[in-house]
Amino acid sequence: MFVVERLTKTYADGTRALHEVSLSVEAGEILAVVGGSGCGKTTLLRLVAGLDRASSGAIAVDGEVLDGPHPAVGIVFQEPRLLPWLTVAGNAGFGLMELPRAERDERVADALARVGLAEQAGRWPRDLSGGQQQRVAIARALVARPKVLLLDEPFSALDAFTRASLHEHLLALWEASQPTVVIVTHDVEEAVALADRVVVMRPRPGRVFETVTVRSGRPRDRLAPGFEKAKRRILNALDRSLKTPADKPQADAGGAELWW
Amino acid sequence: MNAPPVITAPVPAGLAEEAGQPASAAAGRRPAGWSGLWLGLVLPVAIALGWEMAIRTGLIQGRLMPAPSRILGTLWGLAVTGELWMHVQATLARVLAGFALGALAGTAMGALSGTSEVMRRIMDPTLQALRSVPSIAWVPLFLLWLGIFEASKVALIAGGVFFPVYLGVAGAIEGIDRKLVEVGRVFRLGRLAMLRRVLLPAVLPSWILSLRAGLGLGFMFVVAAEFMGASEGLGYLLVDGQQMGRPDRILAAIIAFALLGKLADGVLVALTRPVLRWQDTARSRL
Repeated sequence: MFVVERLTKTYADGTRALHEVSLSVEAGEILAVVGGSGCGKTTLLRLVAGLDRASSGAIAVDGEVLDGPHPAVGIVFQEPRLLPWLTVAGNAGFGLMELPRAERDERVADALARVGLAEQAGRWPRDLSGGQQQRVAIARALVARPKVLLLDEPFSALDAFTRASLHEHLLALWEASQPTVVIVTHDVEEAVALADRVVVMRPRPGRVFETVTVRSGRPRDRLAPGFEKAKRRILNALDRSLKTPADKPQADAGGAELWW
Repeated sequence: MNAPPVITAPVPAGLAEEAGQPASAAAGRRPAGWSGLWLGLVLPVAIALGWEMAIRTGLIQGRLMPAPSRILGTLWGLAVTGELWMHVQATLARVLAGFALGALAGTAMGALSGTSEVMRRIMDPTLQALRSVPSIAWVPLFLLWLGIFEASKVALIAGGVFFPVYLGVAGAIEGIDRKLVEVGRVFRLGRLAMLRRVLLPAVLPSWILSLRAGLGLGFMFVVAAEFMGASEGLGYLLVDGQQMGRPDRILAAIIAFALLGKLADGVLVALTRPVLRWQDTARSRL
């Protein structure tokens, strides 16, 4: 289980990016985080990834408190961040250098095959499209077999068709090892298509406003009435989160549930 | 949900090394070939032909401005007697020694300045001030300190090479993309691993460019160095031509300098091209 306990981040200039955010995510669950600009979504992921230090609060995976980057946590950024001097295979295996070469090669080949890039293993990042580069980034994060995979708006720069295709690739990879996934997105449809639960955050300072549980098997039919209902529920929560005064406590952290 | 695809592809050869084979698309890009070389010769050949015709038709006097054919004849004569190679060898040895020292010191101090804010604040103002001092100003001091022989010449060249390399390395380190460093941090790279796997590759293109700039300056500084009482070297050939009233020898030495500098740069580019083959802009920069 992945737990965030009263996580607060205040920057040196006094800006409070996050205020006592608490989350509890079951192993293998996919949690989406949505919210308006400045609600601390990316800050939350950076704290969990160990790239920034929290002002207070705690992060734990399976009872182990994290203090900095940890092998149990992998992250895919908004942009692919591939190292241009490494091939596709080199990038995918970047986090596996401590493994014996045979095992590393096997894992990388497996991950690249799953994201449909086995034939591109020897190519340079410059030769790939944006969607292909992001697939390599996902493979790079998952090949290290983290318990928690963080995704920071990983598909936001891609067109709708590529995004839908990457959703399938992501779910295929997730099914293989079933890590806990926390995905930050501004696309409500993406959140409903992927997540078991959607956390709506509110800004200034960032905190959890409402949690919506989505109970449906995958793959999800985006044209189903339940899908549309879930989207409306989240959009409504987003709307209310932006209208709520900053000092008012969160509306519903317990969660509303949706089935279809 | 579709089941994950079965892996049928063999492990690609590219997995054997982090930096594997270049992409097939990239492999299709061939470096500038003979057509590029010939294009580069168009301008100097056109100038030489125009110059030759102007002298032969009496448009200009050839006494102080000898015809290209005479300069080439002088160059050929120097080559046949072996005198040219002696001078080229002496100049090249000085440039290479100065380049090695200057590049080494520039890289080390650039790395210090780029990685440590304290070191940058300590070193940078002084080095920037020294950079503005003309090379010729150092000649008397180096002669006093190091004597008239090779040490003073090599030191002068090394000083010339040092500054572009120092600036290039320090600037490249300061400009490393934070986002790439964060990738290294996420995978918990230690200081050495971060240096080897992220920082060095990231600064490599700028470092090589600075080495090329340094090498070019090395060839400029060797002239000043060989004016300091040398008995051999292309710089000496220049002085000798002036003292003997032989402009053809002066121009032959200048042409030899140009060819040698271009050749040295070409060798540096050829040696470093393999490590930059991943660059999207490699061809335009090299």
